[in-house]
Amino acid sequence: MATAQRRIILKNIDVPGYTNDMDCYLKNGGYEVLKKAFGMEQTAIKDEVKKSQLRGRGGAGFSCGLKWSFIDASKVTKPIYLICNADESEPGTFKDRQIIHKDPHQLIEGMVMSCYANNVKLAYIYIRGEMSEGAVILNRALDEARAKNFLGKNILGKGYDLEIYVHRGAGAYICGEETGLIESLEGKRAYPRIKPPYFPAVLGLYMCPTIVNNVETLCNVKHVIEMGGENFAKIGTPNNTGTRILCVSGDVNKPGYYEFECGSITMGELLHEVCGGIKGGRKLKAIIPGGSSSKVLRADQAYKIKQKDADGNMVEKSLTLEDIPMDFDTLAAVGSMAGSGGIIVMDDSRDMVECLANLSEFYAHESCGQCTPCREGVLWMKKILHRVSHGHGRGNEDIDLLQNVADNIAGRTICAFGEAASWPVQSFLEKFRPDFEKRAGESSGLEKKLS
Amino acid sequence: MSTHPMNPFNHDLAAPDTPLVNVQVNGNWVQVPKGLNVVEVARTVGSFIPHYCYHPKLSISGNCRMCLFEMGTPKMGPDRKPIMGADGKNEIAWMPRPQIGCATQVSEGMGIRTDSPLAKECRNGVMEFLLINHPLDCPICDQAGECKLQEYSNDYGRNYSRFVEDKVKKPKNVDIGERIVLDDERCILCSRCVRFSKEVVHDDVLGFVNRGGQSTLTTHPGKRLDNNYSLNTVDICPVGALTSKDFRFKMRVWFLKETASISTWDGTGCNIIIGSRENTVYRITPRENEAVNSCWMPDEARFEFHEFQREDRFTKPLVKMQNEFLPSDWKDALQQAGLKLKKYSGDQIAMIGSARMTNEELYLLGLLAKELNVALIDVLPRPKEADAFLISNDGNPNSTGARVLGISQDGKQLPLIAEQIGSGQVQALIVFGEDPVACGIPISSLEKLGLYIFAGTVPNASTNQADYILPTAAFGEKRGTMINIFGRLQRLGKAVNPPGQACDDWELLRDLRSASTGGNSIHNYEDVFRSMAAEHAPFAGLSWSKIGDLGIALEWGAAVRGQESVTHSAVLS
Amino acid sequence: MIAPLQELPEDFVKKVDEIVSHYPASQRSASLMLLHEWQERFGFISEFAIEWIAQRLELQAINILELVTFYPMFRQKPFGKCQVRVCRTLSCALGGSSKTYEHFKNLTGAQGDEHGPITSPDGKYTIEFVECLASCGTAPVVMMNEDFYESVDEKKVEELVQKYS
Repeated sequence: MATAQRRIILKNIDVPGYTNDMDCYLKNGGYEVLKKAFGMEQTAIKDEVKKSQLRGRGGAGFSCGLKWSFIDASKVTKPIYLICNADESEPGTFKDRQIIHKDPHQLIEGMVMSCYANNVKLAYIYIRGEMSEGAVILNRALDEARAKNFLGKNILGKGYDLEIYVHRGAGAYICGEETGLIESLEGKRAYPRIKPPYFPAVLGLYMCPTIVNNVETLCNVKHVIEMGGENFAKIGTPNNTGTRILCVSGDVNKPGYYEFECGSITMGELLHEVCGGIKGGRKLKAIIPGGSSSKVLRADQAYKIKQKDADGNMVEKSLTLEDIPMDFDTLAAVGSMAGSGGIIVMDDSRDMVECLANLSEFYAHESCGQCTPCREGVLWMKKILHRVSHGHGRGNEDIDLLQNVADNIAGRTICAFGEAASWPVQSFLEKFRPDFEKRAGESSGLEKKLS
Repeated sequence: MSTHPMNPFNHDLAAPDTPLVNVQVNGNWVQVPKGLNVVEVARTVGSFIPHYCYHPKLSISGNCRMCLFEMGTPKMGPDRKPIMGADGKNEIAWMPRPQIGCATQVSEGMGIRTDSPLAKECRNGVMEFLLINHPLDCPICDQAGECKLQEYSNDYGRNYSRFVEDKVKKPKNVDIGERIVLDDERCILCSRCVRFSKEVVHDDVLGFVNRGGQSTLTTHPGKRLDNNYSLNTVDICPVGALTSKDFRFKMRVWFLKETASISTWDGTGCNIIIGSRENTVYRITPRENEAVNSCWMPDEARFEFHEFQREDRFTKPLVKMQNEFLPSDWKDALQQAGLKLKKYSGDQIAMIGSARMTNEELYLLGLLAKELNVALIDVLPRPKEADAFLISNDGNPNSTGARVLGISQDGKQLPLIAEQIGSGQVQALIVFGEDPVACGIPISSLEKLGLYIFAGTVPNASTNQADYILPTAAFGEKRGTMINIFGRLQRLGKAVNPPGQACDDWELLRDLRSASTGGNSIHNYEDVFRSMAAEHAPFAGLSWSKIGDLGIALEWGAAVRGQESVTHSAVLS
Repeated sequence: MIAPLQELPEDFVKKVDEIVSHYPASQRSASLMLLHEWQERFGFISEFAIEWIAQRLELQAINILELVTFYPMFRQKPFGKCQVRVCRTLSCALGGSSKTYEHFKNLTGAQGDEHGPITSPDGKYTIEFVECLASCGTAPVVMMNEDFYESVDEKKVEELVQKYS
């Protein structure tokens, strides 16, 4: 029997008859938690979030409570900003889209109380430009919220003012990086900032303290406050609390988005029982578990990790890909990451060289071009893969080169895009090197004629 | 005042009372001012960290990644206190992830490795990335010989290429401004030029268009890089992307001799380097002096040297005989002129000096005037519009010196001189480097003179009226000192020889004095300065070598300060 | 530099003012939203647009040009009546997006290099590949102007071409 979903965020989404307007939301208990939150001290809300051990759902999995703790509202004189990162662009990820289009008020409710907790008076939802309908829906929802005094001046009569505006991006994946997002919101090219010194908590939007949170994270705040931080922490596993919306795409029969308690379902259960197994009855070859920037995992491999057993002793375990529970820590232990929760499934008919070439072109398009290793190196990797996949490879020399170029990018750049672009290359080469060497050794018919 | 008030940033200068911290650089513990960045710290202890985008006077960009180094922090014990080693210094935990030096400020107990395998690998990697799309332009690129790509790939790069793909193509030979050419393929997108334009001269005219590997430096089609300081971007561009049209294809920089001097274009006295080969000057670039111009200078001031490369330079002493100028030699010309001069009484002689002359020249002119009892003496003022940066409202480089040495009345005597020549009272006129017509003396008046001696470099509207034309050396062809509008005494350097028989003004004056009044105890340049220092208080106790390459601020007082000198609002206090 | 005779519709100017009011701390932040507004109203970002927006926000024209060329959603030339965006990233590629793209090309007659937008000869459709549109579970996905379509196989391509003709 498959583990059941635990649809907390997705509770009302796709339920027949549920619409994205205020009336429907109110009928389903909407904004009651906001009222509860406004009855609490701002610091009390932050405490609950800390107790909940909620980790960011954008991709980095950074502790939300810790991020909020970097700003002490009582000591700050500059305005504090909060930005909802709705720039969902990580290939394989499509969860925020559902929330924005189908249950926008959940986001707004979570966002308002998050702003209140951090003494934010002006906040923005940065939504990717391609989600034009989403922007319309959000704007309508914000107007509805203002009309009901859940937003604007003197919210719920508690003397607290907050305004939220929707800001649209225009087609740059790098705007998902928090400092790139901030630069974009300031009306500039989305060049991520160097850290130090530009930590958003200190020098963020307009050089003021700023919190950037993902859509799903802000929705989770609502549920943290509703059930209390400690209770929230009981969901999932220690340090991997709450639920995650997992997005599955690629070679499965029932791709889609599903919400589970962290760690409550394994990769195998997810693919075979929830998603109906591999399409066409084929065999699984590889999975990218956390958005395209996470390292690929190979199906026919044993993953050795150290875990605490029932008695608290550290033991070594060997997991197959299907055994891996979908939580932050285990996915990290097997050499990848939970990331954005975007799972891309590839069956044994798929050419790994083509898959990597496809992704490398994505990264080459999306590099902002600010720093040397990424600007030059990511494009170089794309060109090598393009040439190799078209049958003009120079054998192992090209694969060694590709590996070395990727190694010279990761860790040397201004932002994590360097890693995001390098990890796919490094992991595909690590897991499927023979595929690449073979392809690089093949020449196209043209080459053969010339020699 | 030790830092230039105009710079928004001065990363290389620590405030004098900054506390010191202990840091370990490549195994050696040193004490350095807290808060300095690692690039500066490494530089001061002799472990140079290569960099492109970092510039001490611009905001930190951190994009080139060339200054990556291996960083360590104090190793902490379970009690959250640093673990101390046997040598009394804290142990260091080295971070696997390299950091950029320009954006990292030193703190107590920090470890810095610039020569570890990791640091070398980082630099090697960055160098390779910078070169893969770089065009093979070295043979025709003006930057060759002072190009940071060349230098650093030699020191930190690999000696072969692994790139076999097609290079990215971008515009070349872009006419981006009146004085500048842009080559986008050579550009490494360090953004120094963008930051300079925005932060230092507030002309936000440069930017990057497109994205990723196609990112390209440009201006908006409607605007050009034409501000008064545009050529500073050429100086700070580490590669040959921005180059000077004036210098384009003229000379390879490794042939240039570099002479320290100061600009005589206006009263600011920007410190410069004159680049010359054999006897020709090819370019002028700024020389760093925090007390005057930091590392910048105005565009126009760079082209001064063209003035003295004119074809019509005077190269021989000329004597007018029956309305014709005949070449002569110095001995004859000066003797003749001196004898004729002796025939006039002091109130029959007028002198027009120049606030473009050096102090030494002005001093000797003063001696001559005194010995001839000449009271009618002045210079031609050149007021102009100042800006809020390095362009002063005084178009003369040595107005202050001219006042101190008693030659200048700020032009107030010129009308009187004009009147007395017109009336016939003054019959002899000596002019150094100016045009009497511009001083208010019409040609018709000059025609009345019995003796008109002109010393200068090029012809002007009235040189034809002269009886004697004595060719002098221009700036760059002579040593000397000048005082800028802020009372700073600075040295001119001699880069090339004056053409033909043109000679230093001071030698001319010495010999003219000898021929006319007989006074002379001066045999060489040092004698002049010594004499001048003995007679004029502001120079007391100074010597040529004491002034040094960066000059000396003279005592601020009525004797030294100009009356209405001003450049920018941030007046040095 | 703005052609003084070029009047913009009053409601547009009002909308611009409203947008700018969302960014009290810095007018410059309104740049992207103003570019969106302009492109939606007038079809593309012209030279005049760049200068007008720059002047309105007290910026230099280069500041706006930088944005127009950085963010791919903005175009400096008019597109066909219907902008067809086909996602090319991995999940959609696995779902057959290249076939979808080819079919659009064949049905509309648009020709050219797939690395940029290509317009059909009758000017009705401009087709381009774009990167991940965040709906990978319903691959391949396509946007027809601002309308979003999922699971666009060849049959659906035919329907869409018909619908937007």
